[in-house]
Amino acid sequence: MPAPPAPRPPPATVDATLDLLTAQDYVADRRLATAVFLALKLGRPLFLEGEAGVGKTEIAKVLAAGLARPLVRLQCYEGLDTAAAVYEWNYPRQMIEIRLAEAAGGVAREALAHDIFTRAFLLKRPLLQAIDPDDGAPPVLLIDELDRTDEPFEAYLLEVLSDFQVSIPELGVVRAQVPPVVVITSNRTREIHDAIKRRCLYHWVDYPDALSELAIVRRKCPRAPERLAREVVAFTQRLRSMDLFKAPGVAETLDWAEALIALDRVALDPQTVADTIGVLLKYQDDVGALTPDVAAKIVADVQAEGIRL
Amino acid sequence: MIGPGPRGGAMLLPRGRLAENVLYFVRVLRAVGLPVGPAKVIDAIAAVEAVGVAHRTDFREALAAVLVSRHEHLVLFEQAFDLFWRNPKHLEKLVAAQLPRVLGRTGEEAPPLDLPARLAQAMLPPKAPEARADDEDEVDLDAAFTFSPREILQQKDFATMTAEELAQVKAMLARLTLPLPERPQRRTRAARRGARVDLRATMRAMTGAAGAVAPLAYRARTRRPPPLVVLCDISGSMDRYARMLLHFLHAITNDRHRVHTLVFGTRLTNITRHLRHRDVDVALERVAAAVDDWAGGTRIGACMAEFNRRWSRRLLGQNAAVLLISDGLDADAGVGLAFEVERLAKSCARLIWLNPLLRYPGFEARPAGIRAILPYVDEFLPVHNVASLTDISAALEVRRPRNARRTTSDAWLPAA
Repeated sequence: MPAPPAPRPPPATVDATLDLLTAQDYVADRRLATAVFLALKLGRPLFLEGEAGVGKTEIAKVLAAGLARPLVRLQCYEGLDTAAAVYEWNYPRQMIEIRLAEAAGGVAREALAHDIFTRAFLLKRPLLQAIDPDDGAPPVLLIDELDRTDEPFEAYLLEVLSDFQVSIPELGVVRAQVPPVVVITSNRTREIHDAIKRRCLYHWVDYPDALSELAIVRRKCPRAPERLAREVVAFTQRLRSMDLFKAPGVAETLDWAEALIALDRVALDPQTVADTIGVLLKYQDDVGALTPDVAAKIVADVQAEGIRL
Repeated sequence: MIGPGPRGGAMLLPRGRLAENVLYFVRVLRAVGLPVGPAKVIDAIAAVEAVGVAHRTDFREALAAVLVSRHEHLVLFEQAFDLFWRNPKHLEKLVAAQLPRVLGRTGEEAPPLDLPARLAQAMLPPKAPEARADDEDEVDLDAAFTFSPREILQQKDFATMTAEELAQVKAMLARLTLPLPERPQRRTRAARRGARVDLRATMRAMTGAAGAVAPLAYRARTRRPPPLVVLCDISGSMDRYARMLLHFLHAITNDRHRVHTLVFGTRLTNITRHLRHRDVDVALERVAAAVDDWAGGTRIGACMAEFNRRWSRRLLGQNAAVLLISDGLDADAGVGLAFEVERLAKSCARLIWLNPLLRYPGFEARPAGIRAILPYVDEFLPVHNVASLTDISAALEVRRPRNARRTTSDAWLPAA
């Protein structure tokens, strides 16, 4: 097995951070690069909040690739507990161990209890993996959609995030030799407790402006004709200024561009928009608000004016 | 570049003007209401040193990353940043003029501190046990008679109460709790009997009793009440009830976690944070300051639309129940209301409508606003006296399948 590449040192300046993100095909604005740079430099978790589909999760992936570190991902959900997030004991193995000890006879209880609660019987879940990686390389830990979990888990996370350590009653405290790079994302379906935020660097990931979004489409969908790319971006940008229940994110823009490429379109027309709008808008009310007239008007507008700056 | 330096307060100042200015800027942020703790100052200076001051945006984002922790504070931060880092001298004057207390510029003879009246009265020699202006006519309750007046009060309409009765009701409401039905959660706890075997505890028991038969330990699901979102109408027609209801809201908001409270008249205001203060008078004072459409018109449709758009995804997760407190009298005559209420009903586990008009025996749902809301509510209850408020909990206990909704509300619709 080839050895994993040695982790690269974190970038030394904001410009270097920007380069690192760009090299991984992530078009970041300078503010985001600054937040990332600070998180790496000060060793603080980076707390990213923003609407769905603006590229929050992607930042962690890009960082892992750019720094040549493994990515450990913890997807949050309601009722997430330590057994799923931190560690669990390997019960079948423990049971076999007990049986074996009994078969051999002369079991000393204390010794047995000591034997089956050791690292060999420990199953590491994402948080423990990030703190105590098997190969020693500090990973990038992505705690995704923290707003989906509940308050007890947030409270647990406090210990992990402030000291980068995990207490296991049977084993003691496991501390990170080198703290992992932590990225936390939230879609803001509820407010995260201030105590968590206080330990992090906060960054609100906004929808990109038209030029950045165009750059993203060019990078991520290189097959898109230039005219199509411009029109797609201009169209989504205008949709976002409408009063919608859920405005399309960058992920939707890219999906839409891909969909239009698959349909061999080189430019927008009202009929195509109507046929493919489900890629952009995911609520029936929003689809209903974009009547053929409105859609046709936006298309005409987009083709006359192009990208609005 | 200066290293992190020794821990301690003394490290802050010797770093020259920049550190001083950051410190000063943090004070400005605090003055405009951002919660910035002292530890943040050290972080902010470290962050600024890390990025340097060559780029204005870097500098600004470095400060923002450390000092801002909520999206809604970002605008305040940016305004403060622009103002402060453009010309600190200018701001200094501005702030000194506006916020003498924060910066300690003007000393003792500064504009009078806005001491709460009750705090001021607490400093005075004891005059009377009651110290609030609005409660001056409060009567001492004779303990011997507490029971029966309460019974009467419970049935009495808020709108017809005298000031002293209102005061007693307030006290009653302060003790009110709202026992919402508990729902099973995904999380489990150790239990005598449960659906799952607790392998960890069993294993530990086995090591203690090697060779013998080990008892199985179990885990059962925890139960807790679902989140509750209260939408309370504070328009003119609800005015008399609204004050009582706010006391009620304060009681249930502080009763347990996961209660969010919003009030609406012509616009929607989230007052959860204001109500969180334990002291009901302080809490209501804050609410009064935060809400600026007291006793005005009602635009239920527009407010519901705003709720659906801005708040529903953030507040209505995890089987939340919604308490809508309103008389349903809408200035827009129910335009667009049905659509928004339908959406609201579809996004929550239960929609319960509390309506003070229900106290009238011959109540019929004639007004357009009421007719728009009624088809979508799961429960329709009166809310004009204390007894009805306590009835709410009973209504919430009833487990009714979702498709059986409208059974309570259909009765109120006028015959076609």
